[in-house]
Amino acid sequence: MTVPSGEIHSVIQDALSTQKHPTVTVLSSLLAIQDRIGYLPDEAIEETASFMRTSVNDVWGVASFYKNFRFELPATHIVEVCWGPTCSLLGATKVIQKIQSLLGISGEGDTPDRRATLRYNTCLGACAQAPVVSIDHDLKGRVDSERVAAEIHDIFNDKV
Amino acid sequence: MTSFSEIKIRADQQWEDLNSGKVPWIRIGTAMCGLASGAREVVDAFRSEISSRGIDAIVDEVGCLGICSAEPLVDIINNGPPRVFFNNVSVEDVPRLVSGYLENNSSPGADALAYSGGDSIEGLPELGTLRSIQLQERIALRNAGHIAPGDILQYVGNGGYSGLNKALFNMDPEEVIKEITESGLRGRGGAAFPTGVKWGFLVRSPGPPKYILCNCEEGDPGAYNDKGILESDPHTLLEGLIIAGYATGATKGFVFIRHGHEGPIERTEEAIRQAYEIGLLGDQILGSKFSFDIEVSLTGDSYVAGEETALMESIEGKRSMPRSRPPFPAMSGLWGKPTNINNVKTLSYAPEIVSKGSQWFSEIGVNRSKGTAILCLSGNITYPGLYEVPMGITIRQIIDEIGGGVPNGKELKLLQTGGPLGGVLPADSMEINLDFEEMAEAGAILGSGGIIVADEDTCAVDFTRGLVAFCQYESCGKCFPCRLGMTHLLEFIERICRFEGRPDDLELMESVGKTMQAGSLCGHGQLGFNPIRSALQSFPEEFKAHLEDGLCPAGVCPSVINVPKNTRPFADDYNVKQVPIQVDIT
Ligand SMILES: Cc1cc2nc3c(=O)[nH]c(=O)nc-3n(C[C@H](O)[C@H](O)[C@H](O)COP(=O)(O)O)c2cc1C
Ligand code: SF4
Repeated sequence: MTVPSGEIHSVIQDALSTQKHPTVTVLSSLLAIQDRIGYLPDEAIEETASFMRTSVNDVWGVASFYKNFRFELPATHIVEVCWGPTCSLLGATKVIQKIQSLLGISGEGDTPDRRATLRYNTCLGACAQAPVVSIDHDLKGRVDSERVAAEIHDIFNDKV
Repeated sequence: MTSFSEIKIRADQQWEDLNSGKVPWIRIGTAMCGLASGAREVVDAFRSEISSRGIDAIVDEVGCLGICSAEPLVDIINNGPPRVFFNNVSVEDVPRLVSGYLENNSSPGADALAYSGGDSIEGLPELGTLRSIQLQERIALRNAGHIAPGDILQYVGNGGYSGLNKALFNMDPEEVIKEITESGLRGRGGAAFPTGVKWGFLVRSPGPPKYILCNCEEGDPGAYNDKGILESDPHTLLEGLIIAGYATGATKGFVFIRHGHEGPIERTEEAIRQAYEIGLLGDQILGSKFSFDIEVSLTGDSYVAGEETALMESIEGKRSMPRSRPPFPAMSGLWGKPTNINNVKTLSYAPEIVSKGSQWFSEIGVNRSKGTAILCLSGNITYPGLYEVPMGITIRQIIDEIGGGVPNGKELKLLQTGGPLGGVLPADSMEINLDFEEMAEAGAILGSGGIIVADEDTCAVDFTRGLVAFCQYESCGKCFPCRLGMTHLLEFIERICRFEGRPDDLELMESVGKTMQAGSLCGHGQLGFNPIRSALQSFPEEFKAHLEDGLCPAGVCPSVINVPKNTRPFADDYNVKQVPIQVDIT
C-alpha cells in the first residue's frame, strides 16, 4: 500500500475527489484517504482542510478523535485482535500473547521493521466464532495460539 | 416506469424457479460469522468444482441463518425439494458434496444438519424441529439465510416492498403512524422508546428537509445483530426506512455504519443501488407522490458515535461528541434540521407491521414488550448465534434450549446483557422473562440484544474490569464526570483485581458512580457505572474476597491485561505499579 512520496499529493487529491457517497465531510475525506494510502500524513490533513474549506485545526481535531486513524507509514500487514468480553472469555488473552511474542512486541503497535502491526479491536463482529482475529481484513474465527502462529508464519513468509 | 405489480410478477416467477431446483440452487452463508469460519474459501471451492465438472448450478451468497455454530453452512436444492442443510462444511468436503449429493443424488448422510420442505429424509431432522429454530419467531430476520441479499427480486419474491406499496397507495402517513403506534413497537437501540410516538414528533416538525437516520453503529462488543440484518437482508431495513420517511414526511435517510465492516456496508450500498434502479428510491417512488433518498454514512471507530446526537455530529463530519438536549433531534438535528433516529432492528420491523397489521404484531410478546427480541448469544455457550425470539420467553429457554447450555460440563456463572453499559446478572436470573421492564427491574437491560454467557471459570471482578476498561476507553471526553469518573472506576477495579484495593474503595466507587449518573451529558456516562453496580449486587462476596482476603475465588486474578494503548493516559506504564489516586467526593 505504500505510495511513493512523489505521488502522495495526487493520490490524496484523487481520494478526496472520488468519494463514493454523496455527502462529503471532513470525516468522509479522512476515511477515504486512509483507505487509499493506509495512514494520514501531514499532507492529508492540510489537503483535507483546503478541500473542505476549513482549518487544519478542525481537521486535526477530527483525525485525532477517531481511534482508527494512524499517522505513521502503514505496516505491510495488519493483525487485529478482539479484546472484547466474549473473545476474552474464550481465550483471546493467550492468542494476543502469542501474537505479541511472535511479532516481538508488547502491547499494540508496529514491529520494528514495520512488517506487521498489531491493533486491538473492541469487536470484530463475529462473536459467535470467538476468539476472532483479522489478518489483513480477513476474519478468522475460533483461533487458538497454534492457528494464529501458522497465520503469522504465513505473513512473514509473504504467503498472504 | 415499471409498476410494482410488474416487478412482483417477475420476482415471484424467479423465486418459484429457484425453489423448483430445475437448476440446482446452492446457498452459502457469507455473513461475518460465516466468513470467520472460512465460508469465502467454501464458496470459491463450490464455484470451481462446479465449473470444472461442467455442472449447471446457481451459487448464491446469503446471510446468516442464525445457527452461527454450524457455519460454514451450505444448503442445496437439487432437483426440487427438499432443501438440505450441510453444516460446518470445509473446502475438503466440497468435491464429495458435488460429486455425491449434487451429481449422483446420493443420500446427504452424515454431512447434513437438517432438511426443509418436500419429502422427509431418513435420519435427518426437519429444520423447524431443531430446538434453536423451533423457539424462534423470525420477523426482522425472516429472510436471513434464505435469500441472496444482493438480489432485490429475491426479496420482492418473498413479500418484500409489499408493505411499502401498501403504505404508499392505500394508507395516509397518519395511518402508518397509527399502525406503528398501535403495534406497540418500541425502539431496539437501547431506550425502548415507543417508535410511533417518536415518528409523531417528526411529523409535527417543520420541513423539508427532514431526516431519518438509521443507527447501525453497533459498537457493543457481543452484538452483531444490526450488522447481521444489513448483511443478510438489507432491503428489509431499506423498506422500513422508506416507510418511516413516508410516515413522517422526511426527505432523506442515512444508514450510519462503522467503517471497516465491509460485508454490511457493501451489501447495503448494493441494495440501495438496486432500489434506485427499479424506482423504489428517488423521485416519485413507484409512481406515487413521495420522493425519498437514502445514503450510507460511514463513521470512524468511536462507540459514542452510536449515541443519537453524536451520530449526527459524525454524519456532519465532526468528532462524535454528544450534543446537549434540548433542542431535541426532532426539532433541531442533522445540520439543524428536524431528525429522527432509529435502530436497524426497529426499522426492520416496519415492513411486516404495515403488511400484516398492528394487531398481528401486538399479539406477539408480553405486557408492554411487543414483538420479538433479536439476540446475539455468545461466550461459553454450546450454540452461539443470532436468534429472534418472541418477547416474554425466559432467559433459561434462551440459554439452555436455544443455546444448548454451557459446554464442557461447566456451570453457568454470569450473564452480561445489553452491551457494556448494561448489567451483569448472576446465574439465578434464569427465570427472568425477556421483557424490557422485567429486565430493567433485575438491574440489566435488553439493550442491543447481546447476551454474553460466562461459565464458572470466570472471575466476576475481572470480567467487570474488562467492561469498565471498554467504557473508559470509549468515553468521548466531552464532560468530566464521565471522562474522569470512568478513569477512576477503572483505577479502583484494577487495584481490586491486583488485591491492592483499599477498604473504602467500594464506597468511593459508589460515590463516583453517583456523580457520573447525575452529571454526565449522555447515556455513556450516565450508565457507565452500571457494570460495577450490577456486578456488586450480584457478586458481593467475590468483591469482598478480592478486597479483604486477597483472594480470587475463580483463580483468575491478577490476570494478564490486554487493553488498547490509549485506554488510559498512563497506559504505557501499564504493568508498573501505580500510586493510588486519592478521590474525595463529599
Ligand atoms: C453511548 C451510547 C451508544 C449507543 N450506541 C447505539 C448503537 O450502537 N446503536 C443504536 O441503535 N443505538 C445506540 N444508542 C442509543 C441511541 O442513542 C438511540 O437511542 C437509538 O438509536 C434510538 O433508536 P430506537 O428508538 O430505534 O431504539 C447508544 C446510546 C448511547 C448513550
Ligand atoms: S457522558 Fe461520556 S461519552 Fe457522553 S458526552 Fe460525556 S464524556 Fe462523552
